[in-house]
Formats: sequence, structure tokens, C-alpha cells
Amino acid sequence: MHAFLLVALTFFISPALFAENAPAAAAPSFAAESTGTALNATTGVDKIAVNLIWILIAGFLVMFMQAGFALVETGLCRAKNAAHVMSTNFMIYSLGMLGFWICGFAIMFGGYWNGPVPIGWQPTLGHGLQWLNVEHGIKLMGKTFGLMGGRGFFLNPSVLHTAVFALFLFQMVFMSTTAIIPTGAMAERWNFKNFILYGFWVGMLPYAFFGNWVWGRGWLAQLGQNFGLGHGHVDFAGSSVVHMCGGVIALAGAWVLGARLGKFDSAGRARPMPGHNIIYVMLGTFILAFGWLGFNSGSTLAGTDSRIAVIAVNTMLASAAAAVATCLVMYAKFGKPDPSMMCSGMLAGLVAISAPCAFVSSMGAVVIGLVAGVLVVFSVFFVEGTLKLDDPVGAISVHGTNGAWGVLSLGLFANGTYGQGWNGVHVLLKNGVTQIIKNDGTPEIAKKFMDATAAGWVDQGVTGAFGKWFGAAYNDGSQFGAQIVGTLTCLVFVGFFSFLWFKLSNLVVPIRSSREHEIGGLDMPEMGAEAYPDYHLTDRSSPPIAS
Amino acid sequence: MKKIEAIIKPFKLEEVKEALAGIGVEGMTVSEVKGFGRQKGHTEIYRGSEYSVDFLPKVKIEVVLDNSQSQSAVDAIVKAAKTGKIGDGKVFVLPIEEAVRIRTDERGDKAI
Repeated sequence: MHAFLLVALTFFISPALFAENAPAAAAPSFAAESTGTALNATTGVDKIAVNLIWILIAGFLVMFMQAGFALVETGLCRAKNAAHVMSTNFMIYSLGMLGFWICGFAIMFGGYWNGPVPIGWQPTLGHGLQWLNVEHGIKLMGKTFGLMGGRGFFLNPSVLHTAVFALFLFQMVFMSTTAIIPTGAMAERWNFKNFILYGFWVGMLPYAFFGNWVWGRGWLAQLGQNFGLGHGHVDFAGSSVVHMCGGVIALAGAWVLGARLGKFDSAGRARPMPGHNIIYVMLGTFILAFGWLGFNSGSTLAGTDSRIAVIAVNTMLASAAAAVATCLVMYAKFGKPDPSMMCSGMLAGLVAISAPCAFVSSMGAVVIGLVAGVLVVFSVFFVEGTLKLDDPVGAISVHGTNGAWGVLSLGLFANGTYGQGWNGVHVLLKNGVTQIIKNDGTPEIAKKFMDATAAGWVDQGVTGAFGKWFGAAYNDGSQFGAQIVGTLTCLVFVGFFSFLWFKLSNLVVPIRSSREHEIGGLDMPEMGAEAYPDYHLTDRSSPPIAS
Repeated sequence: MKKIEAIIKPFKLEEVKEALAGIGVEGMTVSEVKGFGRQKGHTEIYRGSEYSVDFLPKVKIEVVLDNSQSQSAVDAIVKAAKTGKIGDGKVFVLPIEEAVRIRTDERGDKAI
């Protein structure tokens, strides 16, 4: 705002400053920079610089979440497997990153420049993103459906630009979050060699395809332009792209792997196998909550987007509401609040708010968090008690169930105060009537849009089915429709693809650790080192195992 | 020579040690154990599933002493370790065949 006023002001006074007969010696030194063009250029460069710094700092925060996940998962598992569980959390960062560098990023963002985008959109990170301009898709019934990007493999020289590299870093740590989630659900019996294969695969393929469809301008983002479903499938920071993806991969993996020995008794009842360190779990949860502030706020891809404050506060509120909700549910059901479950609660709130964080009021954020806190508890019971799946850390419930809740809640509670023109769909409102203008990149459409806004039509942000309750000017049920399509796509595509992967990889390298190793502890046989060599481990958490 | 084995509540260790020092007992060996008695345990819930907690942490004290000290040592331990609540523990007395001090090769009563 200040930059704009400065530029406008300078435009009027600059002729006077550059009058030929101005005394040269007395002219202040900033005169040369205060012409409209030069100041514009400086401001523009400064804006991009601020955006780059922001996305990098936020990306560094998200990278630190790897430590949070590692602590949470290892604390929830038994001491005899601590080095093994820790190692899967450690290596996934490196393996996934290489996979993403090889082709994951290219598949996901190779077509990023191709739109659809809002009218007047400028790349917040700079025009280097223009090299991400190859999107492969199909044309059906006159509409395009983007399926995968095709530029940027191995971050090759054709995309050598700061903007692309900054985007790569930020998106890589998001991929790493998806990749690390299944290591929790599959802990304590996953053969490390098979895990290494998984590390490459997850960085290269499943996340990249679904991510392209939502964030890379693919067909889920295009649902708005193609079928009038709101602004297409909207997911701000990744409840579906990151968390539900991770949760669904975890589901498929836990299913293929089978339960830990002794987890279910002969009657099919689940036996608890308590984690060995609650301090790690809670410390890890706080580290995740801290990193999440970067995860959500950084997803503006712009430090100059003042919405970052709203996003950060919504994130905090949802996490707190969820933790409290879980605490109260556990008190009500069992009389004691179970520390590990309270942690799962806070994480569930963070997962759920990731999609809607930019688009909801603070009341909306609290409601979303409260529901997440209740949902995660009953989901844990369902996964273990009904589906009979062994998920040592509750990853399927925290990330899968609440990832779905997150994107669906966006379709319900988004209040239209942000996201005007998202995915190239402008919904304008005047006197209770809506007008939709879809950006096809032509100047004619841009003019139509400018004329409409000049005539009093107001561009609405992303709005949900019950947006009016939270301050929106109208309700958009079709947004909820788009969210449903995205959620189901994630479940079906990622679920099936992962199931296929785990089954096939098992033929190459057995996915399950050997029985003896699982019983004695995986640390020494698979990793060659114990996490606690100085301690006499009692193995108190292990259940009886039928011989 | 007699050996006294006492299973006591962990927080009572300091008190029992002082009591034994008070009657002239000059050494002991202590280990961390777990156990239960007639009252068994109880059930807890972890993430929605029930499990039983039978074993409770205890401390085991082993002292080898002269026959003449044995009775007063047992009395001292019982008095210091008693709380009156369940889980106070037990004391056992066993006969010892031989004792050797490793440093000096002394045997028998001189080794205690």
C-alpha cells in the first residue's frame, strides 16, 4: 500500500526533480532512483526477495518437522526397535528428496506456469517459474484435464532459476512429510531394505501425481473451470495432498504388512503395546506444531501476502481446540486423558486445518479443530478395533481421517475472504446475484473482469456450503462437491497405487522383517546398532506371542 | 552366617539403609526388581485398549551377616520398611555356606 502511494506520488513530482535546470550539486542522491520505473523495479525486486526469504524460512521450519515426526514415532514404539524406527524417519528425508529431484518435482510442478490462475496473477517468486511450462494431459469433450508435468527432471539446467529452486525446496519438505507418515503405521516390523525402495518410490510417483492434480494445475484444480465445481478442489497447505496421501499410503502399507506379532489375541482383540518414551512423543508434537506454522503460513509462497498472520493464528487455534477436545473425550470415556492420545489430538487439528487455514474465520478454525480432536479418537478405535489394522502411532487416523476432514471442512466453512480467482475461477457477486468469469488467459476476459468490478461486482474468495454462517456473502455448495471429488480421488488412486506398490515391492525384497528379529528387537539384526546399549531393556510392552 | 533378602518399596530404601547402619551392618547389595503379591494388579487403558498392570517396581536388599546380628537386622528392616499399606514387601532369611572377601582372600566370618 505504501509502495503504491510512493509510486503514485513520485509519478507526479518526478518531472520537477528531473527538470533540466535543476541545481545538480544540491539534488539528493536518491533522486536517480525515484523515477516511477526505477522505484517500481526496486520495489518489485524487494517484494520477490521478501517472498523468497519467506518461502525458504518456512521451508526450513517444515524440514525441522522431520525431527518432530521421528520423536513422536520412536517414543510410541518399543525401546528394542528405537534405532530402527528412528532410522526410517531419518532416511526417508534423503531417499524421498532424491526421488523428488529425479522426477517427483517435474511430474508435480512441470506444468505450474500453465494455469489456470486468477486474472492478473503474478508469480510471487519471480518469473523464473515460467520455465515450468509443460503439462501433459488429455482433452475430452472440449475440456483439458492435466495429468502430469513434464519439465524439471533432475532440476536440469532448463529450469535453473532461483524461483524454481525455492519452489523445489519448499515442495520437497512437503513431500517429505507425506513420505514419513507411513513409517509410523508400519513401524516395528518393516524390513529396512524394502523401506529403502519405498523411499525412492514415494518421492518419485504417488505424491507427485496427486499433487500435480491439485497444486500443479492438473485436473482436480481444473474442476472449477471444467465443471463449475466452486474453485475446483482447493487445498491450501495440504490436508489432502500431503496428509491424506500419507495416511492412505499408511493404510495400504499397514494392511499389506500385517500386525505386529502378538498385537491381536486369538479372539481378535487388540493388545496395547505402550510406547517407551512419552517425553519424546510430546516434545515431538511441539516440534511439529512449531514447524506447522511454517507449513501453513509458508503456503502463500509470499511473505508480502498479509494473510500469513491469519493463517498462522488459525493453525494455532485449531491445534489447541483439537488437543482440548481429545483431552475431554478421553476423560469422558476412560477417566484419564492418555498423554499419547492428547498428542494425536493436537496433530489431528493441525492436519485438519492445513487445507482451510487461509479461508476460514477463527471461529471456523476452532470448530474444525474441535471436530478433529473428537474424530481422531474414534478413528483410532475404528482402525484398530474394526478394521483390525495395527497402527502403532495412529498415523492413519491422524493424517488420513483428518486429512479428509480438513479438505471437506473447507468445502463447508470457507468464508470467501481470501482466494479470489483461485484456480482461474472468479465468482463475482452483486445484489445477491453471482456471475462466474473463468480466466482463459486472454485480454478479452481480463477486460470483462475489469468492467464487471468497475460496475460493482465484488470478487468473492473461496467459499463453502455454509460460508454465510462465518461471514461470507453467499453459500457455495459446489465447492463442497469439488472437495468430495478430490477426497475420493485421493483415497482411490493413492490407495490403489500404494497397495500395488507394497505388494509388488514385496516380490523384490520381502516387506516384513523376520519373526526372530521382530521378537528380539530390530535394532541389532537390521541396523547393526542398539539405540540403548547401556540399558537393560525389560521389553515390558511386548505382549505374549503364540509360538 | 545368614543371608537376609528383603523386598521393599523403592522409596523406603534410604530409611532401611539408615536403620541397618544403626545396628552396625556394614555392607549390602541392592537390585531393582518388580513383583506382586496376593493383591495382584489392576487394569489400565492405553489408546482405548485395556491391559493389566500386575508387576510393580520394588527394591531387593541382600545382606550377609553373622548369626548373632541376623534377628536384630530383620527387626530393623521390618520397622523401617513398614507403611501399613499393601505392597510393603517381605523379608527372608537363608543360611550361607561360605563367604570370601575377594581382595584379601579372607574366608568365613572374617569375610563378612
